[in-house]
Amino acid sequence: MNSDYIESLIENGKRIDGRKLDEHRKIMIEQDISKNAEGSARCRMGDTEVIVGVKMDIGQPYSDSPDEGTIVVTAELNPIASPEFESGPPGTKATELARIVDRGIRESKALDFKKLCIRKGEKIWMVFIDIYAVNDGGNLIDASVLAALAALNKTKIPKVENDKVVYGEFTNKYLKLEKTPILTTCYRINGKILVDPNYKEEAVIDSRLSISIFNGRIHALQKGGDKTLSLDEIKQMIDIAIKKEKELGKYVI
Amino acid sequence: MSYAKRFDGRKFEEIRKMEAKLDVIPRADGSAMFKMGDTIAFAAVYGPRSMFPRFLQNPEKGVLRCNYDMISFSVTERKKPGPTRRSTEINLVTEKALLPILDLTQFPNTVVDVFIQIIQANAGTRCAGICAASLALAHAGIPMKDLIAAVSVGKVSDKIVIDLDKKEEDHPEGATDIPLAFTGRGKQISLLQLDGDVSKDELIKAIELGKKGCEEILEVQRKALKDYFKGEAK
Repeated sequence: MNSDYIESLIENGKRIDGRKLDEHRKIMIEQDISKNAEGSARCRMGDTEVIVGVKMDIGQPYSDSPDEGTIVVTAELNPIASPEFESGPPGTKATELARIVDRGIRESKALDFKKLCIRKGEKIWMVFIDIYAVNDGGNLIDASVLAALAALNKTKIPKVENDKVVYGEFTNKYLKLEKTPILTTCYRINGKILVDPNYKEEAVIDSRLSISIFNGRIHALQKGGDKTLSLDEIKQMIDIAIKKEKELGKYVI
Repeated sequence: MSYAKRFDGRKFEEIRKMEAKLDVIPRADGSAMFKMGDTIAFAAVYGPRSMFPRFLQNPEKGVLRCNYDMISFSVTERKKPGPTRRSTEINLVTEKALLPILDLTQFPNTVVDVFIQIIQANAGTRCAGICAASLALAHAGIPMKDLIAAVSVGKVSDKIVIDLDKKEEDHPEGATDIPLAFTGRGKQISLLQLDGDVSKDELIKAIELGKKGCEEILEVQRKALKDYFKGEAK
């Protein structure tokens, strides 16, 4: 696909797949996709597919937060999902993705970290949120957040004996998601702002801003891309993200 | 003691329910999912494409490179993401299992990358991976002489069984696990490993059982290919 063609279409408010600039591709969420994970979900956004698994383990708290549990977010962008991904330890793209998901959940206090404390100063829950790209059709960030929230929202707490997790056995208690911070990434191509690019559009973006919103409030931001953004563009992007919170939020149940 | 009845109620010569589907990863040149009971494998093929590092290139034919990976939440205790000694060995035996059916002579200096990802594990993951890879290679249009089907056979307590699940592998009276692969028409063996303790007669019996099982797997694979290409034709 010719990048000039994509850019000239977008200049006229059009896209290669016929969508409007502020229109996401079809979203499908499926929960409980894994029998061995405490919580799991798949998010499809058009061709893009991401799976997320939540595993829980017991660990020791950090000394500066003795009564709080922790979350650990990792993202694996393995070469199975795109010809552009390479084998090896997580690169910058995977690390950035994991950290954006992490901050959205952490900063909005989507989980009550105090409730993840088992015994103050001694034992806490560590919640591992593992993101795997299955097919990178573009905009992995937004899809990863929806999948992570959907997985967390249906996470069964595992059985514990003598402060050890009994792997493969669950209680009937669930982890509770206090808030659902929805992330929308706004991208700019040729001066126009759009959401949810497919991978061909994503290849020609010049700037992007990921915005995590809960109840109209901003909980995390990440600016990406090689070019600058104006304040006016940032305002427009935040307005889009606030509008998208309601639209995308209904997929997290 | 005798293993009179299988834990999940199957007959000793019965494979778990199988499912196969092509084109599960649109960005790949070929892809497939293969499910055997609770074990789910995805495979994607990229290539033939340029081989890097270059010293691995073969000027006579393309190189097959397999990469097997279990995702962190595929098992009950979280597996740290990334390769292990186990996965390195599985990469090797998977390559050897698939190579005999491929003809890569048209693609010198290139690589055909096969990525296998185990989404959910309940024993038999390398075999499910090979079944998925065989389909993904066909989907990618790589010249093939045959298909490959793989299944694990073995001995649980005193019984020869096919397609052991995790609980059987962990049987208190011991279990012998024998992953094997057969070519479709040629009926040749391209994967054979064993961990455990069996007599020669038991091994032969197990391989015979595996051969029959591979026939059933091939039926599922052929149906998946037909279903996909029928859809394509429309």
